[in-house]
Amino acid sequence: MDAMAELGAGSLLLGDPAFNYQEAELNERLKRLYPAVNEDETPLPRSWSPKDKYSYIGLSQNNLRVHYKGHGKNHKDAASVRATHPIPAACGIYYFEVKIVSKGLDFLSSLLPLSPIPGWDKHSYGYHGDDGHSFCSSGTGQPYGPTFTTGDVIGCCVNLINNTCFYTKNGISLGVAFTDLPPNLYPTVGLQTPGEIVDANFGQQPFVFDIEDYMSEWRAKIHGMIARFPIGERLGEWQAVLQNMVSTYLVHHGYCATATAFARATETLIQEDQTSIKNRQRIQKLVLAGRVGEAIEATQQLYPGLLEHNPNLLFMLKCRQFVEMVNGTDSEVRCFSIRSPKSQDSYPGSPSLSPRHGATNPNLHSAGADSPTCSNGVTPPNKNKSHNKYPGVSSASSSSSSSPSSVNYSESNSTDSTKSQPHSGTSNQEETSDSEMEIEAEHYTNGVAENPSARIMNGTYKHQEILQAQDISLEDSCASRQLCGGNQAATERMIQFGRELQGLNEQLCREYGKNVTHKKMLQDAFSLLAYSDPWNCPVGQQLDPMQRENICSALNSAILESQNLPKQPPLMLALGQATECVQLMARVRSGSCSFARVDNFLH
Amino acid sequence: MACLLEAPLRISVLSEVTATSRHYVDRLFDPDPQKVLQGVIDMKNAVIGNNKQKANLIVLGAVPRLLYLLQQGSSSSELRAECAVVLGSLAMGTENNIKSLVDCHIIPALLQGLLCPDLIFIEACLRCLRTVFISPVTPVQLLYTDPTVIPHLMSLLSRSQRTQEYITQIFSHCCKTPEHQTVLFNHGAIQNIAPLLISPSYKVRMQALKCFSVLAYENTQVSMTLVNVLVDEELLSQVFVRMMQRDQPIDMQLTAAKCLTYMCRAGAIRTDDSCIVLKTLPCLVRMCSKERLLEERVEGAETLAYLMEPDVELQRIASVTDHLVAMLADYFKYPSSVSAITDIKRLDHDLKHAHELRQAAFKLYASLGSNDEDIRKKITETENMMDRIVSGLSESSVKVRLAAVRCLHSLSRSVQQLRTSFHDHAVWKPLMKLLQNAPDEVLVMASSTLCNLLLEFSPSKEPILESGVIELLCSLTQSDSPALRVNGIWALMNMAFQADQKVKGEIVRALGTEQLFRLLSDPDSNVLMKTLGLLRNLLSTRPPVPVLLKLLHSLLVELIDQMEHSAAVPSSWHIDQVMSSHGKQIMQAVTLILEGEHSIEVKEQTLCILANIADGNTAKELIMTNDDILQKIKYYMAHSNVKLQLAATFCISNLIWNEEDGEANAMTGSQERQDKLRELGFVDILHKLTQASDPNLCDRAKTAMQQYLA
Repeated sequence: MDAMAELGAGSLLLGDPAFNYQEAELNERLKRLYPAVNEDETPLPRSWSPKDKYSYIGLSQNNLRVHYKGHGKNHKDAASVRATHPIPAACGIYYFEVKIVSKGLDFLSSLLPLSPIPGWDKHSYGYHGDDGHSFCSSGTGQPYGPTFTTGDVIGCCVNLINNTCFYTKNGISLGVAFTDLPPNLYPTVGLQTPGEIVDANFGQQPFVFDIEDYMSEWRAKIHGMIARFPIGERLGEWQAVLQNMVSTYLVHHGYCATATAFARATETLIQEDQTSIKNRQRIQKLVLAGRVGEAIEATQQLYPGLLEHNPNLLFMLKCRQFVEMVNGTDSEVRCFSIRSPKSQDSYPGSPSLSPRHGATNPNLHSAGADSPTCSNGVTPPNKNKSHNKYPGVSSASSSSSSSPSSVNYSESNSTDSTKSQPHSGTSNQEETSDSEMEIEAEHYTNGVAENPSARIMNGTYKHQEILQAQDISLEDSCASRQLCGGNQAATERMIQFGRELQGLNEQLCREYGKNVTHKKMLQDAFSLLAYSDPWNCPVGQQLDPMQRENICSALNSAILESQNLPKQPPLMLALGQATECVQLMARVRSGSCSFARVDNFLH
Repeated sequence: MACLLEAPLRISVLSEVTATSRHYVDRLFDPDPQKVLQGVIDMKNAVIGNNKQKANLIVLGAVPRLLYLLQQGSSSSELRAECAVVLGSLAMGTENNIKSLVDCHIIPALLQGLLCPDLIFIEACLRCLRTVFISPVTPVQLLYTDPTVIPHLMSLLSRSQRTQEYITQIFSHCCKTPEHQTVLFNHGAIQNIAPLLISPSYKVRMQALKCFSVLAYENTQVSMTLVNVLVDEELLSQVFVRMMQRDQPIDMQLTAAKCLTYMCRAGAIRTDDSCIVLKTLPCLVRMCSKERLLEERVEGAETLAYLMEPDVELQRIASVTDHLVAMLADYFKYPSSVSAITDIKRLDHDLKHAHELRQAAFKLYASLGSNDEDIRKKITETENMMDRIVSGLSESSVKVRLAAVRCLHSLSRSVQQLRTSFHDHAVWKPLMKLLQNAPDEVLVMASSTLCNLLLEFSPSKEPILESGVIELLCSLTQSDSPALRVNGIWALMNMAFQADQKVKGEIVRALGTEQLFRLLSDPDSNVLMKTLGLLRNLLSTRPPVPVLLKLLHSLLVELIDQMEHSAAVPSSWHIDQVMSSHGKQIMQAVTLILEGEHSIEVKEQTLCILANIADGNTAKELIMTNDDILQKIKYYMAHSNVKLQLAATFCISNLIWNEEDGEANAMTGSQERQDKLRELGFVDILHKLTQASDPNLCDRAKTAMQQYLA
């Protein structure tokens, strides 16, 4: 998308609505044809390059039309132009078409690798219109296809999986022209006769040749290859591996009942103790509900020493707690509030911890390669010492909190009875009466249904986001989303907490030296106070409930690690690794990566 | 192999029978129905996958008992269903099993069973019927003997996915003739089967698709209906196009391409429709690629050949698609040297398909090259192409020989190829050999090719003439097959074109005037056309008049000769008498044709012969004394068809011709003729024709008028 913006900025026709429309259509088509291409790294060709061309070549119509303006007396007058970018390997299969608007004596449509403009002939590949011959890095051609002339549409398809190329004429494939092509080829056309004009189509218009059908064949081929990949001697263990993957995933995220049922059905063992799973689940729920203070308390109670040995994690949690105080969700400020404690805290419907999937999660791709704690900038300095130091801790505290419903134990008791109502937790604002609440709830539901841009993930997040958007328009009536819930005492508590946080940072600095990440975190959190409406400020993103997820998984991983369990479920590791591998394939120019996308296998 | 083993097997079977299988059969006769049921179930488990056991039970007469139990109203539905399952299992064995089952009248019994409301039983019956009907040993006609069967099967299509799969499979295997197509069509096959194309079951979709391919084959009515059918608001042709997508299973792509091909050949889809040009044709070309199985390559090539046979534009497109011409060369490389070394199984497989591959390639080449000169050039330039055709002409397989000669025929339409590659490779030799002894269909193609090789500019003409081809061609003209008669006389016609006296004489001698006259009254108008063409060439004006007369003479002498031999007529015939008497016969034939219901072309040919006759001095009199003919000529001069007008005017022009070098009596003859023609009003007509809009006609009329003025 960035590449497109750059291109647009350089164009004089930016303001032309028709052009913008065409741009949008082009982007959409390119995205559909080459979903694996990361245009930040490898931009796709979108037009002829005004820089990389002979002076005999003239460009017009958004650099898509090429005409010849030289003498055209002999072969020395031949001139060519190439596209703005080489063909990215991640395309898998790349295709462009050229329409002969006005034919001259000679015409060639060729491909060039990255090379200086002089010496066009080396490493160039072409198909000539006058004799139908193909030319491969030399002046002598091979009989290849039919001749072509005015009105014909000639296409060129580069298969980056097997490094071959074929041309098409008016939508008919003429068969392989070249094999063993080198990487980094540029779409190129060459002309030699005055009056010759050709128009390029890099995706601006639908292609005459059905390239998507051709791609579908290769997609099926590669999927078949993956499906039939020989597993080897470990074939017998295949089922056990899969079961383990599922089981550890469920355990990791604390789906206790499901994990138990799965273990029973598959007759496998769960490594972790049930109460331990439930404890982790409870802590995670608290973090995701924005009640970070309670989460810290519970962690300290259930896993004594854990946070002490993970000062960076503790600091992160405290920072988050501060943010949640601003948000008015943390219990330390909420107890001052007259508002229902349930507001914004609970995720209606369970399970509340449903992890995000696939491409919608920007963190996922790095999850496999790097540890999540590192990516958050917190390096546990003493993780090796932390485990096994407090044996039996989890079981000691388990009796007090074995049921997930007990998470509410520290809440104020004002609205316990409404908690179980179906619309509980749908509102962020003050609750005045039941009837009003219902009306609002209905309103929100409509909002949900009408919002087409909702991200594909756990429905609850979506719901809440929309709620927040709605809040802005409802501000007059319900005065919602004020700092610390609008309570003076709460605000004071928050400021006090801020000071303590500052103190903690200084202490950490003394003990471990300066930490840039901490400083930034703290700055961002405090910056919230500088705005009258923290939710609509440049750092307001922090208040998004989705931001809780990283810290939640970091805490979860730390707990697991302290129990000598893997901090990442193997499933996510495998997924992350696969994703990384596919991206790596694109970088090392293995074209098949475009048809071996990980999200194709996630449903 | 099977036959050899059969007898000893039977003996061993019988010895074992008592020990093992007898028991199963005995239990079918138990008075307790429950025990019978258990017996059938045990039998089912015993025969699964065991061909020997199946044969044993059939020998021991299990089939009639099972059929009896199946048909008994008193049998429980479970027992009946199990009986049908066992019978289905028995049918899965060898072809002999199927024969035995069919001999026991299993088909009517099972068809009767379909009337039962129990779905499980119906499915078991259909599965068994399916297995029986897809066997090549089962007479297809058995499906159509009872007229109520087809409508009942149609009604069962809605019952379950299984009934859909089995019934469509039965239909697609039992639809072999246009009559079958019509029966199925009239019972609503299209409406009933079309929705199955989007069934969730792949098997159902596939069998439904196969049904449509057999229904549409060479059937205009079905094809025309198919193009308008909607499946889930989508046109059927689009459904087929989707099935041809490259990520679909090959079998589905190929069968969908067949459906569209047949619809196109039946005229329901235009040949320039994008679903043919951009989808069906490329799909079929893909089926010819090396990546496909040998069977798929054969079917793909044959279907493609059929698709583009009548359309030069499709031939041109196919010739440049994916290097098709070069791709086909690979069809001749089986069994490859690699397969012989690697494994014997592969060699066997390759050998089995080698003939099929070769004939399919020849067919496709024939189709590709049937119209376009450039494509023919491309084909003949393919590696070893002419050698392959030459060796194909003498292969043992009739199918390959036929396809090879078809290919040769297609290429022989090229003047350039006739002059070059055909001569270089002496293709006439194997061709002549082929003509000596071959089935009619091969003969038709071979003789047709020979016609082209005998064209005047063909360098092969001389050696062929020397090989004594005339006798052979004359014998073809006596064939019962009109196509062979046409080709025989056509080849003679080509041979006689601008031929020297000797050749013409030989033709006349070999053919005999009697046969010549017989051919003039041939019921096939093509034969008549070519015979006239032959006469015209024989009487051609190119050699000077005396030669013509000699030819006529020899023709008639030959006739007399025959008459002498047959009827012992005295030999003292004067030459003039002969001419007048037999010239008359020719005139009669000519009159007959001109009066008869013949096409413009035939009449044009006849008028041209007349014109040729009119060029000869003596023969002129034959016309001048024949008022009928003169009236005919007059009539055709004023005809609405310019070609006939031209030919008729040519006749007159020759009749009034004033020979400069002629003798005195000839001069007088010319004057006399001119006077007579004027009397008959020809001059007036010629006058009118000088005003004609056609420049040729106008010119010719003017030239004729000049003769009067001279």
